[in-house]
Amino acid sequence: MPAISRAEVARVAALARIALDEAELDRLAGQLDSIVEAVRTVGQVAADDVPATSHPIALVNVFRPDQVHPSLSVEEALQSAPAREADQFKVPRILGEEP
Amino acid sequence: MSDLTRLSAAAMAELLAKGESSSVELTQAHLDRIEAVDGAVHAFLRTLPEVALAEARAADQARAAGEDLPALAGVPIAVKDVLATKGLATTCGSRILENWIPAYDATVVRKLRQARLPILGKTNMDEFAMGSSTEHSAYGPTHNPWDLERIPGGSGGGSAAAVGAFEAPLALGSDTGGSIRQPAAVTGTVGVKPTYGAVSRYGLVAMASSLDQVGPVARNVLDTAMLHAVIAGHDPKDMTSLNEPVPAVVEAARLGLAGDVKGLRVGIVRELGGEGFGQGVLGRFAEALRLLEDLGATTLEVSCPSFSSALGAYYLIMPSEASSNLARFDSIRYGLRVRPENGPATAESVMAATRAAGFGPEVKRRIILGTYALSAGYYDAYYGSAQKVRTLIQRDFENAWQDVDVLVSPTSPTTAFKLGEKLDDPLAMYLADVATIPVNLAGVPGISVPCGLAEDGLPVGFQIVAPARADAFLYQVGGALEAALVERWGGPLLERAPALPEGGRR
Repeated sequence: MPAISRAEVARVAALARIALDEAELDRLAGQLDSIVEAVRTVGQVAADDVPATSHPIALVNVFRPDQVHPSLSVEEALQSAPAREADQFKVPRILGEEP
Repeated sequence: MSDLTRLSAAAMAELLAKGESSSVELTQAHLDRIEAVDGAVHAFLRTLPEVALAEARAADQARAAGEDLPALAGVPIAVKDVLATKGLATTCGSRILENWIPAYDATVVRKLRQARLPILGKTNMDEFAMGSSTEHSAYGPTHNPWDLERIPGGSGGGSAAAVGAFEAPLALGSDTGGSIRQPAAVTGTVGVKPTYGAVSRYGLVAMASSLDQVGPVARNVLDTAMLHAVIAGHDPKDMTSLNEPVPAVVEAARLGLAGDVKGLRVGIVRELGGEGFGQGVLGRFAEALRLLEDLGATTLEVSCPSFSSALGAYYLIMPSEASSNLARFDSIRYGLRVRPENGPATAESVMAATRAAGFGPEVKRRIILGTYALSAGYYDAYYGSAQKVRTLIQRDFENAWQDVDVLVSPTSPTTAFKLGEKLDDPLAMYLADVATIPVNLAGVPGISVPCGLAEDGLPVGFQIVAPARADAFLYQVGGALEAALVERWGGPLLERAPALPEGGRR
């Protein structure tokens, strides 16, 4: 049994918002299976009492003074937008067809 | 005068200080060199002749006006295309950012401008810094200056090849699992991954935020240290930036170059040197160790048992963080937007079509792997377990520092492989970073210094790793090793690289 099935790759790709065609799905499923197989043993290395490290050099309570600093202008923020309308990002419609 | 490009950055700075050359002359010499050889090497995605020459003129004028200038003022530099440059395209080697013009400078780029280093251009890289060969660039691979049919390492193959081919004396890179050090190793150049947080990540397009670090790339240890001093330091715009003084890296490099490593304890990592490491790599590594012993350093073998799990942990943590970071490429605020061929064009379907068209295969692999590792039901088994391994690796380093000042190993297990050789076998490609990855997981600093040529005539890298915040040690030990090796060779290793064909199409 594969470590990660083709159907699972398709499901995860949809979660990741990457459209895959059938050929790509075949190739990726095989490669991801061998990668997942190779990293599987990581779960067996550390004992339960080992704490997790999320950050190499932990810093605590990094604050800065609550002061206003210059930020991007509207023009700068919009300059690389694929589509704009007036001073806003123009987006495709957010709702699909009703089933 | 094309000879200028063969000088060290320190020597260029000295010429400028003495008024024996100008920044315009130096910058033009490098632009000419790029024009001549980059058709063959393809280290650059874009050159910026007008920008660089304007910055060079400004540096010359500041000098003429008697301004107190930083040491490297006027010396040109190349910048990896993962760093945002205001008003200048920044693609990260990806189609999805083909037309992105950042509205701001990365902090390190701002520091370069403040220190008046003209920016020659943006260097090639694996897409979003994901790769060990620069073959995953959407704009074609970079070629190794030592053998144009071989990889220059990655992801920062462009920056390493640019300095190796004398197209720039200095470059900036970024290192998540070895992207500065492994290219340095396979191109016979020097590269440093500083302590995590020592250099600002603001404006570095993020891959894996808990691993990414910006660092210097050059042809020798002193130049690397001088660039390190320019870019390091606290940045309030990066919440992970260390609010601490910059270590005296330039002084440490000079100390090392004078041969001062007496009494330094050097640990050889037992787990990094066995299976999978080439004979030529191990041979040069052993010879370099003997040189350090001759200089008065003591060496002993140290075991880091958890390093054998580092690669596995890395290939869970890195894709997980990358999948989250790259979610920003949603076709809304910047970058490519592609409408799906079939079905309604909703925000969701447009995003999926855009990412399908805009991302290359390695980026897709890693995003999907990371999404999988973070998804419900798998989080504890994968991401959670990998973070525990990270703790074990940090403990291995902590234990080692009880006995030694630095740890050493070959930087990469092999010399440069052929272009295309590992492109269809991601797991084989990942092994190129087996010795560099533990360093990122622990956040400690590491350097790669050339230590000779293997039997195949290709460069071998010597990696030195120091405790967090002890970046100066890298330069001291690296400088001592370089000085001893250069004396033995009768000149820098790069002098033995073959002449590059000129006049190829860029």
